[in-house]
Amino acid sequence: MASGDLIRDRVSVVGVGNTPYGSFPETDEYGLAAHAFRNALEDSGLQKSQIDGLLVCRIPSYVRMGEVLGLDPGWTMTLPGHGRMAGMAIVEAAMALVTGQAKYVALMYANIGRSRRINYGGDEIPSFWDPWGFTSPGGAHAMMFRRHMDLYGTTTRQLAEVSVAFRHHACLNPDAVMKKPITIEDHEAARRIVAPLGLLDYCLINDGAVCIILTMKDRARDCRKAPVNIIGVGARDEYRESNISLYATDCRYAAVKEAGAVAYRMAGVGPPDIDAFMCYDNFSPTVLFTLEGLGFCPRGEAGRFVENGTLKLGGQLPTNTDGGHLSNSYMQGWALNIEAVRQLRGEAGARQVPDCNVVQYAQATPCTRSIIYTRA
Amino acid sequence: MSYAKPRPRIDPLTAPFWENARRNILSLQVCTACGDKHLPPSPVCPKCLSSDQDWRPASGGGVLEAYGEFHRAYWNGFADDLPYSSAIVRLDEGPLMATNLVGETSAAKVGAKVRVVFDVVADDLTLPRFELTGD
Repeated sequence: MASGDLIRDRVSVVGVGNTPYGSFPETDEYGLAAHAFRNALEDSGLQKSQIDGLLVCRIPSYVRMGEVLGLDPGWTMTLPGHGRMAGMAIVEAAMALVTGQAKYVALMYANIGRSRRINYGGDEIPSFWDPWGFTSPGGAHAMMFRRHMDLYGTTTRQLAEVSVAFRHHACLNPDAVMKKPITIEDHEAARRIVAPLGLLDYCLINDGAVCIILTMKDRARDCRKAPVNIIGVGARDEYRESNISLYATDCRYAAVKEAGAVAYRMAGVGPPDIDAFMCYDNFSPTVLFTLEGLGFCPRGEAGRFVENGTLKLGGQLPTNTDGGHLSNSYMQGWALNIEAVRQLRGEAGARQVPDCNVVQYAQATPCTRSIIYTRA
Repeated sequence: MSYAKPRPRIDPLTAPFWENARRNILSLQVCTACGDKHLPPSPVCPKCLSSDQDWRPASGGGVLEAYGEFHRAYWNGFADDLPYSSAIVRLDEGPLMATNLVGETSAAKVGAKVRVVFDVVADDLTLPRFELTGD
């Protein structure tokens, strides 16, 4: 039995919460995370004293976090602020639950990168390649998208469909940072950052926090809202050829395919069953790569697949219905997971996907993960 | 004039690469136990874990993996160069390098053959860059 099978349909999300998203220089990671935790706790109907597991991500000290929240948990984990930890965190917390190490785990993520003026390049992330001027996650994704363009004929106008669809969703999301609709022409005219990518292909940099509370399915019935269950998880990490940070020759096709196949098999569903898709979108090309790896379309055809609003509400595969990292908030996968929960609960308001029963999250990163959620 | 762009971080592992570059040699770390070739250098062979590592010249040939242009200066020293070329090359020996494409670049295409050239950018610093071979 694969270890992930221990999780299959046994763990539920019972609370989700977030802060407003924007610029909050007056606070810090602890203030932001506490705000999100309070909202998630209220959402769950649990008492604070019931929380006996604590997972923190991109928060400097788990000790300080526990002190701020007044918690003495029986299980603690801390994960770094890399944009790939959300999926790992949820799987690890689920494993803590199924192995009896905790009954109710609160997972919290906070990001104050906007107020701290994080650049995501240059001396912040030194590498062997600095003398050539090669730096930044966006640089690596520009290179991967160039490969996709040359190998498969994908165009920046096709790539624009991703940004345009997510901005459309952000305009329907009261929490979202970006509220002005954009067109394919806006995407084409935006200033280049690392060509072929331009400003509208890049995620936001904003402050905010997200909290998720998990428990075992049999305990979830006692919580305030209908639980959302985790029915499939899959993983593949890739470090062997990681010397150019975040760059993958195959645009992560094989890793996404493998992680997706494991998650689909565990969940007993496939791409046609997915009612809404939450896709890690640090940069717009990642969405195309992920769609191919998961089999929503054949390899090399994601550009054509997303044309004419496929990813928009009402389209074939509503994706990142909160606006994603590109237009809602740069919560590094965490906000996408609470959006999955809100869609399955029917709480998404103007951006609600009708008859939403199965939602998939996927992050095509050096630590690729996919999680499949369903309504109880 | 002082050199305003980022310099390599020289340490015992990386020093041979930069010393070789100053002599117009593109080099790779080679495992003397199993022959695996890698870059950047590693304290042990990522394939067989041997500590016995040496440096050998690369052929200097490779294939263009990807290419683009930086329109943003993440270091002030690049501000006057914007936009500047950036490229990833798969060396004939296997490892990837992030580098710059120089010379006539209008025929750049993923899969195009490239070869190394050496740019003396400071008295004590030579950067291996690549140009299209036209083949």
